[in-house]
Amino acid sequence: MADAQHQLAERLKHAFPDRLLACVQALDEVTIEVAPDQLLDVMRELRDRDEFAFSQCTDVCGVDYAAYGQDEWITEQASSAGFSRGVQGNSFARRGLTGIYGVDEITTNTGRRFAAVYHLLSLRHNMRLRVKCFCEDDNFPVVPSVIGIWAGVNWFEREAFDLFGIVFDGHPDLRRILTDYGFVGHPFRKDFPLIGNVEVRYDEDKGRVVYQPVTIEPRVLVPRVIRHDNRYAERAGQEESNDG
Amino acid sequence: MGDIRSYTMNFGPQHPAAHGVLRLVLEMEGEVIRRADPHVGLLHRATEKLAESKPFNQSIGYMDRLDYVSMMCNEHGYVLAIEKLLGITPPKRAQYIRVMFDEITRILNHLMWLGAHGLDVGAMTAFLYCFREREDLMDCYEAVSGARMHATYYRPGGVYRDLPDRMPQYEASPFRSEKDLKILNAARQGSLLDFLEDFCERFPGCVDEYETLLTENRIWKQRLVGIGVVSPERAQELGFTGPMLRGSGVEWDLRRKQPYEVYDELEFEIPVGTNGDSYDRYLVRVEEMRQSNRIIKQCIDWLRKNPGPVMVDDHKVAPPSREEMKDDMESLIHHFKLFTEGYCVPEGEAYAAVEAPKGEFGVYLISDGANKPYRLKVRAPGFAHLAAMDEMARGHMLADVVAIIGTQDIVFGEIDR
Repeated sequence: MADAQHQLAERLKHAFPDRLLACVQALDEVTIEVAPDQLLDVMRELRDRDEFAFSQCTDVCGVDYAAYGQDEWITEQASSAGFSRGVQGNSFARRGLTGIYGVDEITTNTGRRFAAVYHLLSLRHNMRLRVKCFCEDDNFPVVPSVIGIWAGVNWFEREAFDLFGIVFDGHPDLRRILTDYGFVGHPFRKDFPLIGNVEVRYDEDKGRVVYQPVTIEPRVLVPRVIRHDNRYAERAGQEESNDG
Repeated sequence: MGDIRSYTMNFGPQHPAAHGVLRLVLEMEGEVIRRADPHVGLLHRATEKLAESKPFNQSIGYMDRLDYVSMMCNEHGYVLAIEKLLGITPPKRAQYIRVMFDEITRILNHLMWLGAHGLDVGAMTAFLYCFREREDLMDCYEAVSGARMHATYYRPGGVYRDLPDRMPQYEASPFRSEKDLKILNAARQGSLLDFLEDFCERFPGCVDEYETLLTENRIWKQRLVGIGVVSPERAQELGFTGPMLRGSGVEWDLRRKQPYEVYDELEFEIPVGTNGDSYDRYLVRVEEMRQSNRIIKQCIDWLRKNPGPVMVDDHKVAPPSREEMKDDMESLIHHFKLFTEGYCVPEGEAYAAVEAPKGEFGVYLISDGANKPYRLKVRAPGFAHLAAMDEMARGHMLADVVAIIGTQDIVFGEIDR
């Protein structure tokens, strides 16, 4: 298994020598990273070249890296200082990072916040490949649409647009898909509160359904904890040495 | 003949043939579909966002509720992704149990599909027959997990507990005669495996019954043959998987091509269609039920001969037994940590896919080293299939839309997530 992955990675590096921003092998999977302006060319070659023949795009997934690596309990100092009693009231898990209950607005523009992740499958070679494409602008994330290459990504791109606000340039029908008609915001962004912003109820006086700000109290039952487990330290070291 | 005006018709979201809360906006020309625009999301529960807010194990139950007619297969995909990140392999017996329940789930799903699809197209009897057999399989779910549908039985590292030695039996009630009770309990005298073996013996006969009702039925064929034809190339482009892809003649089954658990040790055939129409997909699914039955039989044989653990012996992931906790301090700590905080999964990302009854059910998991997933993406097979509704329905009659919804095996729990 790992052999085939290694060969695929080598072929990819050979085929796109200066277009891969990264090529990582981990857990029997190959991940490459491509810049948005080269995405279409690379994807088309991945589908058309016989050595790759990725005839299917199984999945398109939006990711928001805004809160990556953030936790609610600092475990490192706990052995000397002890744990605090609970979770901060305004931690992102409760309120969302900003939102209408806003704490601080995310103003960074690192170009590493939003990513579209594609999972490709080659039926001929029985291989999978993950392609990552980070959006250059955090405040207006755009990636080109690959709908001209795989017709099946239509709804997957609509979903990523709906939930993360990633605009797929060139998509012919980029409407919301999963959220309500007239929904405001992109709910899977890390700054969108888990409890949402509005709730719906039937107003007897008005005789219709009305939207109002949420009334539920958000709470965290289990705080988010990151532990640096030395059992996995060795594995992390190996992955780094694989890094292209 | 007067002029035929084109008009827009709304179908659903409350319609018995919509298989849930599908709203279809149909642009019609007379009775012919010119464009179909499915509106989905009415059942959106943000499962993926909820999963980000709780420890890994607490989301297993949510997976059951995605595709709520093939519950354990969804759990399987999620659990496999976690196991891949953790780098653990469940014991062999757990793998066999999982495979057996995956196939039970496949039969459950296909029975539900066959019954509902038949009902949509006008065959009432098949529905009643299918639910008769579903009941027995639901009882297996219940025997093993306590719940008939939303089992939460698979855990990272194995399954929650071993198969029960005794199959639950029907109890006496004023509404049941002594004689009926005896018939109902006849197969339930032994263990779960005995009950399942009895089921496997009679199930092929049941499939024959469904086939007598449908396969050569003139009305059934008139409604299905040549409806919703998809070429093999197009099916790949559209991201079809599972029976939708195999019905078009592409031999692709993850159980065979990218075997997980113990599928590489089992014997089974992969049925493939030729024309890519609704009728071929029907035939493929019916044959899949027979093959699943075969796999279950092989699993029963193996499970009878090989007792053993069903959970990894790593208390960082799996809870220690109650007995150990009574006199072992470390077990108590492990138990406390697991149920208050959960386990931390090493940083990384993994994609795990299983061949669910509807197609490729994939779980993409990103972990930043915390006790909760950073991002969980569920790749639901039905999502890609329903997206092709417009293309499949175009040019067909209104009544064929119902047949196409049926043949796509749509369940909104997984599409809306």
